[in-house]
Amino acid sequence: MSYHVNEKGYYGEFGGAYIPEMLYPNVEELRQQYLKITAEPSFQAEFDALLKDYVGRPTPLYFAERLSEEYNTKVYLKREDLCHTGAHKINNTIGQILLAKRLGKTRIIAETGAGQHGVATATVCALMGLQCIVYMGEVDIKRQAPNVARMKMLGAEVRPALSGSRTLKDATNEAIRDWINNPVDTYYIIGSVVGPHPYPDMVARFQSVISQEIKTQLLEKEGTEKPDYVIACVGGGSNAAGTYYHFIDDEDVKIIAVEAAGLGVDSGESAATSVLGKVGVIHGSKTLLMQSTDGQITEPYSISAGLDYPGVGPMHANLYATGRAQFISITDEQAMQWGLKLSKMEGLIPAIESAHAFAVLDEMKFKPEDIVVINLSGRGDKDLNTYIDYFKL
Amino acid sequence: MNRINQKLQADKKILSIYFSAGYPNLNDTVQIIQDLEKSGVDMIEIGLPFSDPLADGPTIQASSTQALHNGMTTQVLFDQLKDIRKSVSIPLIIMGYFNPMLQYGVENFCKKCAEIGIDGLIIPDLPVDVYADEYKATFEKYDLINVLLITPQTSDERIGFIDSVSNGFIYMVSSASVTGSQSGFGSTQEAYFKRIADMNLRNPQVIGFGINNKETFNQATQFAKGAIIGSAFIQYLTENGTGKIEDFVKAIR
Repeated sequence: MSYHVNEKGYYGEFGGAYIPEMLYPNVEELRQQYLKITAEPSFQAEFDALLKDYVGRPTPLYFAERLSEEYNTKVYLKREDLCHTGAHKINNTIGQILLAKRLGKTRIIAETGAGQHGVATATVCALMGLQCIVYMGEVDIKRQAPNVARMKMLGAEVRPALSGSRTLKDATNEAIRDWINNPVDTYYIIGSVVGPHPYPDMVARFQSVISQEIKTQLLEKEGTEKPDYVIACVGGGSNAAGTYYHFIDDEDVKIIAVEAAGLGVDSGESAATSVLGKVGVIHGSKTLLMQSTDGQITEPYSISAGLDYPGVGPMHANLYATGRAQFISITDEQAMQWGLKLSKMEGLIPAIESAHAFAVLDEMKFKPEDIVVINLSGRGDKDLNTYIDYFKL
Repeated sequence: MNRINQKLQADKKILSIYFSAGYPNLNDTVQIIQDLEKSGVDMIEIGLPFSDPLADGPTIQASSTQALHNGMTTQVLFDQLKDIRKSVSIPLIIMGYFNPMLQYGVENFCKKCAEIGIDGLIIPDLPVDVYADEYKATFEKYDLINVLLITPQTSDERIGFIDSVSNGFIYMVSSASVTGSQSGFGSTQEAYFKRIADMNLRNPQVIGFGINNKETFNQATQFAKGAIIGSAFIQYLTENGTGKIEDFVKAIR
């Protein structure tokens, strides 16, 4: 049994392509082409070169000495925070823009919540000279002004999503509507391992460079390719998918997924999808999803804008349902304290999303010889205002 | 015989009207259906509101949001429609997104529809492939017609497949768009309407998206068995309330 996608686009019972017929030609074209195009040597050469020279890969695998000492285990940090634009998101946008070009598309659309994926998309569009339109909830536009400005500097048009709760899920709806309205020239760069097949698998493959590098780097440092634990935060789940990818069928490697508990899993203000969600369909994918008993999608909450998605990628839903991964929920307070702790102990100011993953060190007991790899998926520059408000800095 | 099939056999162009259940007010549903029938409408699509209607434009989104805010749920709709067949005899279709049906239970949902006298369903985000593999048998058990969509981008081969799975009519989306975004049909649409008409499909076609007045209704029904009006009717309700539904319908034909 594999935890990777099957040929019909499912991970166990999760996944598929629950899309209106209007989107079928585009999604089907992608489904037929994505493996073929991404396997072409010219594609791989261009992808690898851009990851190296433009994104700054490979990102280091850093042995966190002080953390390791305090927790009496071997803690390694995968430094995705050092990627250009400040997070892992750009691994995926580089891959998808190269794919879009090969499909002959000239107009790029994307959704964004906190703005990280929007910035990563605007960046690659600038790089390739393609038109870029980013949908962003009206509420998020107000909350994330610096990222809106960055996208504008990069030449993107930021369009407010005015429907529903005016946040990430609504921005995604608007991007999908745009694609329905512009089926011929437009390519939709989805930012996470969500959406209809083949997106979850495609995005996971573009992010899989993270675990590929972890293997090589661990071999060098520890003489083994296998960590005992890989730990990542999960909103939609793209950094986690990349961190787990080359380990998911190797059960010697334990997988920990960290969700945002917000104010607490039972507080009504949470984004812990695996605990609070039920099987449903969102944005073209059958997955675990936070919803009312009537099947209306509910708005999640987390202090971290990158984790408040009401669904979770189908790969992760399956890792949860099968017990392959252990899911842990971390509150705003725990994550924020870890933001401060990591800054003071290791000199690394993490994105609040990534800070959630570190709180696992307090929740679980590791052995001294365990190799624990935590994905530091992004840096905290974008969260400075939240840190300032929270800690009255 | 299913009421939809009966209606399709009649020698008449079909006018179908869509509205969002629970809009403008929660308990308007039954009155709107009765008034539409009295005004001469041939078929009605009752919209089951959803929080994230990704194939719909601003008008239907807003009416769905308002309906949910008013308290509309799947169960409330079924309760409202409980006695609908005592007063209404034209075909009734429920149109909604898949997730609320999934949560109600697809079999339960179909069973309830059959009890009420609903004749068909339109579920834009349930793809034909999944329907054929997993749900067709259930729909047939309850004599429910699943209405599938085609668009100008749908390949001939896929249209053939959709035609083979359909047993009522094919919902022809007039152009590449979400609902409510068009005004008037140009030569591109007419060419597409003609292309489909010339395919001589098993199932008659009814055109929707972008039909908003007498002119577009007549244009569409030149090539198809009927046409569906949604956003324009909701817009009319927003502006005029529910008291003058007959005026809207009479202006179409």
